[in-house]
This record gives sequence, C-alpha cells and structure tokens, in this order.
Amino acid sequence: MKLTLEFGGGLELLFGSVKIHKVDVPPPEGETKITVKHLLFWIRNNLLKERPEMFLKEKSVRPGVLVLINDCDWELCGMTEAVLEEKDSVVFISTLHGG
Amino acid sequence: MGERMVHEEEKLEGFETRILGIKDEIAREEFTAKLTRIRKEIRELRNGLDLLDKVQGAVSEGQKELADEVQEKNIKEGEQVQNNLDSPNQIDRRRRLGTCGLDNKSCSTGVFASGHSMSADMIRRYSRQLLVPAFGVSGQEKLSKSSVLVVGMGGLGSPVALYLAASGVGKLGLVDNDVVELSNLHRQIIHTEGFIGQTKVSSAVSACLGVNSSLKVKEYGNGLNAANAVQIISQYDVVVDATDNLPTRYIINDACVATGKPLVSGAALGLEGQLTVYNHKNGPCYRCLFPTPQPVSTRQRCSDNGVLGVVPGIIGAFQALEAIKLASGVGETLNSRMLLLDALSTRIHMVRLRGRNSECVSCGDAPQILASNLWEYDYERFTQSTLSEEEPKPQNLIAKEDRVSAEELQKYLESGKAYVLLDVRDPHEYAISSLSNSLNIPLSSLKEKLPVLRSALLDSSGKLVNGDHSVQTEQLVEDDRRGWFRMSGRRIN
Repeated sequence: MKLTLEFGGGLELLFGSVKIHKVDVPPPEGETKITVKHLLFWIRNNLLKERPEMFLKEKSVRPGVLVLINDCDWELCGMTEAVLEEKDSVVFISTLHGG
Repeated sequence: MGERMVHEEEKLEGFETRILGIKDEIAREEFTAKLTRIRKEIRELRNGLDLLDKVQGAVSEGQKELADEVQEKNIKEGEQVQNNLDSPNQIDRRRRLGTCGLDNKSCSTGVFASGHSMSADMIRRYSRQLLVPAFGVSGQEKLSKSSVLVVGMGGLGSPVALYLAASGVGKLGLVDNDVVELSNLHRQIIHTEGFIGQTKVSSAVSACLGVNSSLKVKEYGNGLNAANAVQIISQYDVVVDATDNLPTRYIINDACVATGKPLVSGAALGLEGQLTVYNHKNGPCYRCLFPTPQPVSTRQRCSDNGVLGVVPGIIGAFQALEAIKLASGVGETLNSRMLLLDALSTRIHMVRLRGRNSECVSCGDAPQILASNLWEYDYERFTQSTLSEEEPKPQNLIAKEDRVSAEELQKYLESGKAYVLLDVRDPHEYAISSLSNSLNIPLSSLKEKLPVLRSALLDSSGKLVNGDHSVQTEQLVEDDRRGWFRMSGRRIN
C-alpha cells in the first residue's frame, strides 16, 4: 500500500533528517488491511534510523507526538486500530514548546 | 475639505512654469524635486481629508438618528429618570446621555455622539480597521472593552503584545520574569538594545505605550506560577500562551479551564511552528491532547536547537489575530483545529483535532484540577522540569578524571607535542566557532569514520600519540550522543 509519511517537530531527525517519505507498506502476512499499529511496527523495522524510544512507547507513539491521518487527529479515526487506505497521508508531529 | 486641496494643487502648476524657466540646471532640478514632494504630500493630505469627510458624514447621520431616538425616549422616561436617581441603571443612562451630547458642538470638542462610545481620536487611530466590514465599529468597540493576558514576552509574545496594543485592546496584561539579552533580539522584536539587562515586561510595556499611549497595560514581572495563575488569569477575557516551557503551558491551560477562558496557544522552534485555540466551544484543552507530558529527553530548546527569528514572529502574529477575533467576537477561531507551519518549504497544514475529552483531569466532566486546588498541583514534578526555558537534558558524562580542562588543553598545545584535536559537534555548530587545527567528525558518523581518525593520529607523529586514544574513541561512540565530547567542545569555545 502506497502511503505518504511525514515527520515534523524534530521527529525527522530520527529519519535521516528527511521529512517526507513516500513508502510502500505490505500488509501483515495473511491479511489485506493495514492498521496504524502495523504501520508503526513497519516504521520501526524499516525506516527508523536511531533511538526508537524517541518515537515509540510500548505499542504506540511516545507522549507528545500527534498523529494525523489525512490531516485529521488519529483520535477521531480509531488511533492504532485505524485502517489505512491507498495513498493516505500519515503525519507524525512532535509538539513544540519553544517561544 | 478635499476640494481645498485641489485648489492648492492648481496653484502649484503656476510654480511649475516658473521653475521650468530657471536657467541654473542644479537649482531647477532641486526645485522640481521639491515640487514633486509637495504634490505627493498634498495628495496624501487630500486622501486623508476625504476619509475624514466620509467618517464625519457617517457620524453626523448616526448622531441624528440617536438624537431622535434619545429625544423620544427622554420624553417617555423623563419623569422616571428624575424620580429614580438611586437606580444605578438610570444613573448610568443619564451619564451616557450627558457625555454623548445631543448637538453638533460636542463633535468639535472631540466627542462624537453616534451609536458608539468611540472618541474622534479613536476613530482616527483605528479608521483603517473600522473600514473592514467584518470588523467595523462593533468589533472595535468589543475589542476596546476586552482584556487580553499575554504570558511570555519572547519571540511569540513580542508580535502578540505589539499588535494587541496597536489594535486597541482595552486592557493588556504582560507576564514574564526574564531580562532582555543580546541573543534575544533577533526574534524578540519588541525589545531594543537599550533595554538589554532590564526586565522584559518593562521593555515590552514601554514599547506598547510607544505604539499606543491610550493603552491600559499591566505588567507581571514575577512570571506565572501555580500560586498566582488563577488569580491573574481570572481578570482577563482571553489568554495567550507565548511561553517556552512545558510546566508553564500546563499551568496556563489548567487555570484557563478553571476560570473558563479561551487560550490561544503558539509554539515555534527551528523552522517550525504550531498554533491552536484551546478550551473554546467544546474544543479540547492542552491536557486533552497531551495528558502525559513529553519525556524530558525528547524536548528541544531554542538555545540548543536554534530558531529562525521570523518563525515565532509569524506564529505570534497569528496568535494576535486569534486573540483579536476572540476578544471582538468576529470570525471563526482555531478551536478544534491546529495550524502547523513548515517555514523551510513554506507549507501550512491545517489539521482537525479531537474534541474535549470527557475524562480529562482538567476540562473533563469530573475535573480534578480546579480553581480552588490548582495552586497545590506540583507542575514541576509532573513535567520533570522547572518553570523557565527547559533545563538542559540530563547528560551521560564520562568521569571527571577522564576529561581535559581548557587550561590543560592549552598547556598541552603549547608544549609542542603532537596531537589530534577531535571536535565531534555537528558541522553547523563547528562552523560557528572552533579551535584551529581541530578535526571535525560529527559524533553521529564517528563510528564509520574511525579510520579517518586513526590515520590522523598516525599522521600527527608517525605513531599513535597515546595508545589509549583509539580505545577511548571506540568507548565514546557507545556513550550518549551528548556526552563528553560535546561538553568539552562547549567549554573550549
């Protein structure tokens, strides 16, 4: 499944300082759907260059990271259980507090 | 009035003919330039007078309407007014009638009798925003009766305070407990060189009054904390979070929820910015979005990660806009939505946020943090940081005896012995300032570039200067990224 992933608010530093990643994510074996939970595992195993604890905590993202599926808060779409579709955009953004 | 200016312009044509007749070329050019300047000034004056004509026309129309209305009411209520002098409503009404004035004379003394409370000075000052149909007189009046508290007089707070002062907000409260430093000036545009070393609030108040001397402004030089937040915030209609640290953001949020105030929250770092309005129209509060604080090790600071000055400027200007809209009741605000700015590629994401969380400890159906107990909540412990710009991240340092002080290094360099001085900071940090004859290999790529380091060590004296070095280097690569090398790099600089 072709997805556009974007990392911001400093998270891009964990992905070789590249913000936008066009990726092709295969569904888990024996399944056709891809959930955000599966995407997080896939990112961890295929994309994350360093320090996974800066991005993930247990089976979700670490506190302070907003996840947006097609520019919509993932809380409105089912969080880790949200099912992704072809060409979806998923943004991971770390909250800033500088001023 | 504009017509008189047309007459003056005609007179200038006579001058032009005379100027063209001047033989001395330099003098002729000089007079021609002067004439062009005078023409421009007359044109501007004419435009201004035309506008004043328009405003006065509108005002006298309003006056007539009001006078008729008031007269009618006076006849009806006249007796009642006199008989009920003790009723505050009536006294207030009389007072208003008295100051409004019913004849044209009051206009010449600067008080317009129209359907609003604005003076001639106010009309002149805010004329350009009064002319915006969606804002207009009613927006300006509401704004001038509202109060806004801005917490933080840094990169975000600077444009917020300046725009709010300029736009005519009724009362402005400014909070900060810091002093102005040279390294602030590239982004904290409210402060000027003359205020370095003075408090940010005094500098900001002076700048705001410089823009608008009619402003009511109150300064809070001790900053905001759990003990004073509710008391201060309860005195304002709208609150702007322009701070730079996590515990203060939670305090402001909780106090806004506890006192029912909308919160305009902005943040900026590096080349990115974020903006939203919390606790408004059933939208989420900061805690709904971030119930658990971000771990200390993942937080970034302006003083470590840098910030391009204009980025907080943009977000701050947006915050001023949202505050003005909230205070004047105009337009649609950013509640339940978030604006994400990527300044490097000039892209703005508008995203839809979750609604209020009914289980939120701050704004939920059974809130635990209330106006009455907020003062005892330990925000520093909750966020594991202090109420100032984020503390430096905990460093995983090597033992003291393994470090080299700047003095020791200097002695070593002067001894003439062979050496390799390795600087493992990132290249952009190395470019700012570095020691001569040092070798820059960023820590992140040190492991793969160890051969480069080894050959540098061999080159320096034909053999390893210190047999331990390579061992130490291997060891250090395994150490925390912000470990000894970075610290020593800083100290040396």
